[in-house]
Amino acid sequence: MMSVFAKEVLDNFRDRRVILNTLILGPLLGPVIFAVMISFMTQQATERMEAPLELPVIGAENAPALIGYLEREGVIIKDPPEDPEGAVRREEEEIVLRIPADFGSAWRAGQPAPLELIADQSLRYTGTTISRVRGYLNRYAGQISQARLQLRGVHPDITRPLQISVVDLSTPESRGGMLLAFLPYFIMITVFMGSMHMAIDTTAGERERRSLEPLLINPLPRWQIMAGKLLATTLFALLTLALGLVAFVVAMGFLPTADMDMALNLDFRVAALAFALVAPVALLAAALLTILASFAKSFREAQSYMGMVILVPMIPSFWIMIDPTRTETWMTLVPLLSQNVLILGLVRGEPLNMAWIGMSLASTTALALLLAAIAGTLYNRPKLIFTSD
Amino acid sequence: MIEVQGLRKTFNKGKVVAVDEVSFSARDGQITGLLGPNGAGKTTTLRMLYTLLNPDAGQMRIDGIDPAAEPLKVKRALGVVPDSRGLYDRLSARENIRYYGRLQGLDKATIDQRIERMAGVLDMHEFIDRKTNGFSQGQRVKVAIARALIHEPRTVLLDEPTNGLDVMTTRALRGFLQQLKREGRCVVLSTHIMQEVAALCDRIVIIAKGRVVAEGTADELLRRSGRDNLEDAFVQLIGSDEGLLA
Repeated sequence: MMSVFAKEVLDNFRDRRVILNTLILGPLLGPVIFAVMISFMTQQATERMEAPLELPVIGAENAPALIGYLEREGVIIKDPPEDPEGAVRREEEEIVLRIPADFGSAWRAGQPAPLELIADQSLRYTGTTISRVRGYLNRYAGQISQARLQLRGVHPDITRPLQISVVDLSTPESRGGMLLAFLPYFIMITVFMGSMHMAIDTTAGERERRSLEPLLINPLPRWQIMAGKLLATTLFALLTLALGLVAFVVAMGFLPTADMDMALNLDFRVAALAFALVAPVALLAAALLTILASFAKSFREAQSYMGMVILVPMIPSFWIMIDPTRTETWMTLVPLLSQNVLILGLVRGEPLNMAWIGMSLASTTALALLLAAIAGTLYNRPKLIFTSD
Repeated sequence: MIEVQGLRKTFNKGKVVAVDEVSFSARDGQITGLLGPNGAGKTTTLRMLYTLLNPDAGQMRIDGIDPAAEPLKVKRALGVVPDSRGLYDRLSARENIRYYGRLQGLDKATIDQRIERMAGVLDMHEFIDRKTNGFSQGQRVKVAIARALIHEPRTVLLDEPTNGLDVMTTRALRGFLQQLKREGRCVVLSTHIMQEVAALCDRIVIIAKGRVVAEGTADELLRRSGRDNLEDAFVQLIGSDEGLLA
């Protein structure tokens, strides 16, 4: 069994393409891309918030007091484009403020004075600008309404029957956890991707190059040959997992978390715990993919099966992302789902629940061993051995 | 020494009878040829002998061991070069052979020593440390034979060993099989090529449509068929020339 293991590891380490893909690109690319993306997005958002706001205004002469207020607040008032609607549609301007000619008369009559904001709200990048403009206008309206009430001898508080304040108990760690919500998904994918090539090469690949039949003529129980292959695949999955986690810890260190008012609870201690939690998944993935690949006659056929199986680890991750719910005990008994919820708890900095961790490890290991046992019987079927029959 | 009695194997739930009541024996110090057209059941018979298929009925003994009862023991006693001769392209010829040595449970010193000797006998020194990627058919067969015989088995089974080989390599292979015979081993090979059997085999077992139609030395077969050359005798015995030219 160990001979099979040693040979498969040596054989696959010889393949530079495999090493590059599974051990380097696979685990490293994700974290790097993610870190760059998040940094870029945060930077963009801050820039948008802090950059001086340029606002094209039509009919500025209709409301000189409002324009004066905006200028005092630091808004740069621009001349309007000739065709404001068209300019917004062509994305030349994010927003245009139109002050109609009847603004003055309505204002003086004490009626709501009309203002138009011309914008395309389906363009996501304009959201910040629109809300900034609305913010200025609302504050202006607030000041005016207070002044009007006071002028009539009414205390402005009369219009504020409620005073709401939210006591935010979220911590920088838990806010960081929101950012890391995708982490379980990434980890699961890494494990499955890491074991994929090896699972195919040791089974379908062996059949394709017609070396399986001679291999099985050696005096070893067939389950031992399979076990050696499975071990090698599991080792690859674990290596990919470890590298991926390390890459993540390092990459997240580059994020401007302080600017985002977050703290990422993702140091090497958390990574080690995550590794331990996901380790049984490595065997599970290896066994599942090996079983599937064993039924394929060629590398290509096996790869087409894999495309579908790779969706399996995504299901629980996506479910948690789309419909975030409280962790319940039953969840920790479901392999793949349990890792998802427990890793999320981990990165939110919640205290460890040893019982949950134990249940997750036990249930996942049990399923993994069951699949491995099934894999071990596969080479008793002549159909899976011979290349042509 | 191989003894086979009433061997039967069907596929597709009994609809296809691949091997039907096959009986023959192969002695030590002799080369026995299983001769028959393609699809006659030669490969299936061999696969039952080396335990990758289970017979539906019949008895097999290899040096007195029952493959069905003691598969691992039989596998240690056998050296098999099956029809599939895939090598690991990323490993050198030496590593390919060493892997099988380990699987046979041999220690490192024995493996190294035997690889050296085999490389000499099969003339492999030139390419023994190259990766097998890009090897010629002849080189591949040599590696496949070396790895199959690393544990020096007493009984050697070869399925169509000269398939795809050029004339020179075929000659060298025949010489090697003669040497195995002189060492007192029991050599069984399957083939559909008449000349091979005539040139090599002490005993011939003719198989057609899953049945043994004749068994004996070349001379005995000629006498039984009443023909004066082996090819005519073969056609006469299997009852048609179907599959002969394939």
